[in-house]
Amino acid sequence: MANMNMIQALNSAMDIMLARDPAVVIMGEDVGYFGGVFRCTDGLQRKYGEHRVLDSPISEGGIMATAIGMGVNGLRPVAEIQFADYIYPAFDQIVSELARLRYRSAGDFWAPVTVRTPCGGGIRGGQTHSQSPEGIFTHVCGVKVVMPSNPYDAKGLLISAIEDDDPVIFFEPKRIYNGPFDGDANKPAVPWTTHPKGDVPEGYYTVPIGKSDIVSAGTDVTILTYGTMVHVAEAAAQRGNIDAEIIDIRTMIPLDVDTITSSVKKTGRCVIVHEATRFSGFGAELTATVQEECFWHLEAPIQRVTGWDTPYPHAFEWEYFPGQERVVEALELVMEPA
Amino acid sequence: MNSKSRLHIPHPPARPGEKPDFSYLQISPAGVVARPDVNAHARDIESLAYDMVRVLDDDHSAIGPWHPHLDPQDLQVALRHIMLTRIFDDRMLRNQRQGKTTFYMKSTGEEAVSIAQCMALEPGDMCFPSYRNQGLYVARGRSLVDLMCQCLSNTRDMCKGRQMPIMYHWREGRIFSISGNLTTQVPQAVGWAMAAAIKGEDDIAATWVGDGSTAEPDFHHALTFASVYQAPVLINVVNNQWAISTFQAFAGGERRPFAARGLGYGIPGIRVDGNDFLAVYGVTRWAAERARKGYGPTLVEHVTYRASGHSTSDDPSRYRPKEEWDDWPLGDPLERLKQHLIALGEWSEDRHETLNEELEKHVMDCWKEAMSYGTLTDGPKLDPDEMFEDVFAEMPEHLKKQRAHLKKLRS
Repeated sequence: MANMNMIQALNSAMDIMLARDPAVVIMGEDVGYFGGVFRCTDGLQRKYGEHRVLDSPISEGGIMATAIGMGVNGLRPVAEIQFADYIYPAFDQIVSELARLRYRSAGDFWAPVTVRTPCGGGIRGGQTHSQSPEGIFTHVCGVKVVMPSNPYDAKGLLISAIEDDDPVIFFEPKRIYNGPFDGDANKPAVPWTTHPKGDVPEGYYTVPIGKSDIVSAGTDVTILTYGTMVHVAEAAAQRGNIDAEIIDIRTMIPLDVDTITSSVKKTGRCVIVHEATRFSGFGAELTATVQEECFWHLEAPIQRVTGWDTPYPHAFEWEYFPGQERVVEALELVMEPA
Repeated sequence: MNSKSRLHIPHPPARPGEKPDFSYLQISPAGVVARPDVNAHARDIESLAYDMVRVLDDDHSAIGPWHPHLDPQDLQVALRHIMLTRIFDDRMLRNQRQGKTTFYMKSTGEEAVSIAQCMALEPGDMCFPSYRNQGLYVARGRSLVDLMCQCLSNTRDMCKGRQMPIMYHWREGRIFSISGNLTTQVPQAVGWAMAAAIKGEDDIAATWVGDGSTAEPDFHHALTFASVYQAPVLINVVNNQWAISTFQAFAGGERRPFAARGLGYGIPGIRVDGNDFLAVYGVTRWAAERARKGYGPTLVEHVTYRASGHSTSDDPSRYRPKEEWDDWPLGDPLERLKQHLIALGEWSEDRHETLNEELEKHVMDCWKEAMSYGTLTDGPKLDPDEMFEDVFAEMPEHLKKQRAHLKKLRS
């Protein structure tokens, strides 16, 4: 066991998979010699060579398309899109090709591509370095969508993603690369050494795709969340002195419906928290699922805490970011007696 | 409208009712274009992108350095493939017109591109086709029954009813699934070729895209990656002059030949008479050898003409003169190969007629067999349960639930 931040944990996952499986290749902008702008692939090219860890042209569409071709030819590419905000040039290749290849060829062709991409705000990245576009991809049939909230899960989920024969879009909340962040930007940064999920086995292990994680058990209300917002939700529940059951969704597709519904049936209340914008966001899918499965157990309307439906602003980062205050407000609202 | 506008609106040389005019086409005489070594640097062979490699001359002789010197038996096989492809296309068009299938796309007039290239490639080479490359399936020997069953979406449909007609695929035959979204296959072919190189395998990739589709960003992605990594790939632009109703000038064809697109990327471009079986074969051998030996990709522009409509959904007489095909200066690839074989003393009108009848019968027999496996409207049907398979390698719970729901509704 070692203490790792999320960057080191992701690096360790790729290191292990490059060593275990000669079919694994890494490609992306700045991932090779430099080791990635966030250092996630640091040292891997030196260790495995330029044919396994490829610096690519600045061309997300080209990265995705060639990764698909490599996948069809027996490789297991891990493609990095430097920021989730830059993923759109690759959109057609993901939606029309990567996601549907197995289906349209009746199982004869597929491409086991993992797409790693840093997402989310809280880093003064403005509208081109802060987006959380996971909901755009959960609407696509044929890709799995994953977002870890800590180093332990990040490593185990990334190994699972690389080994998965289906394409996986792997979102990495970059605000928590170096430490958990509870939404309070005025507090000093906290490293992962302070958090139990910063303890990461050095060797191979997996965290299954399709399973959410109950971060803290509780009886008053169920909070459904993922990524950075797991930590914000924990802090908000403490601050509001509410006995919340916090579920880290971890995998949006396939969704672990059972864990969600068992919890809401127990608590009778549900708050959904994500950084992404509200309208048609993934929270809408969670809301619908809870309503369909748990309607007769609900004591109050489901609440959503999300980013505002505007592009992500540079100057108003903390007015935009759905911090503790907004989560507490939703918790109090949902706890009000009928 | 401002007639003095600086905005240039491209026009085809002729619209319906006007006389066809192919004076825009630059055509080199057969045999005159030099054949460089396969390791030539792109900058030293730039003229290949502007000239036109041709082997068959007006007297039906094969001449010049690109002449591949194939055995007459191979040429007879090629002629058979071209004839079969054409008869298959004609049959499938009629079937669509009779309401037996929903859609079809013919390759009439440009069959030599797929047939010659497929014959010039090795069996292990991977093909990433566009939607007008049915000749690849004929040349690699896929049963026409299988292709017809796909078009019928019947119980033997290789796509299990998930794709429109003609969107075939063939894993064992090394022909990639046709997308329907244009140009996406071109950078994928580059990635496939990169993987072959990474794995140290000798196979190369070949891919096809139309003149109009070169305007998609994927074409630029493909050329960039192919050039950067010197991928062993052969990128073919089939310039058949028309993208549905849009003349190739709208993809930039009136400024420079499409072959010249390669030059900006440091990729050799070769412009070839796409209706000259021997020229296409010769150029493909050159490019394939170049790729296989590690000298990188080649961009080939095949100058040809789409003799039929884009698909069964458009009427070409609405946007171009009906006489264009008759006036096309590069002729008919089938007729040219046939006349070459006759000139060699290896073919005759009688043999041609006999073969034609044999192939007509074969296609009809195939169609009857395919129909016995069902059509969209009659006979045995695919199980709608199949709709939920292959979205993922293993079916997740939400799809199992939806499948059960549909089953209940149907029971």
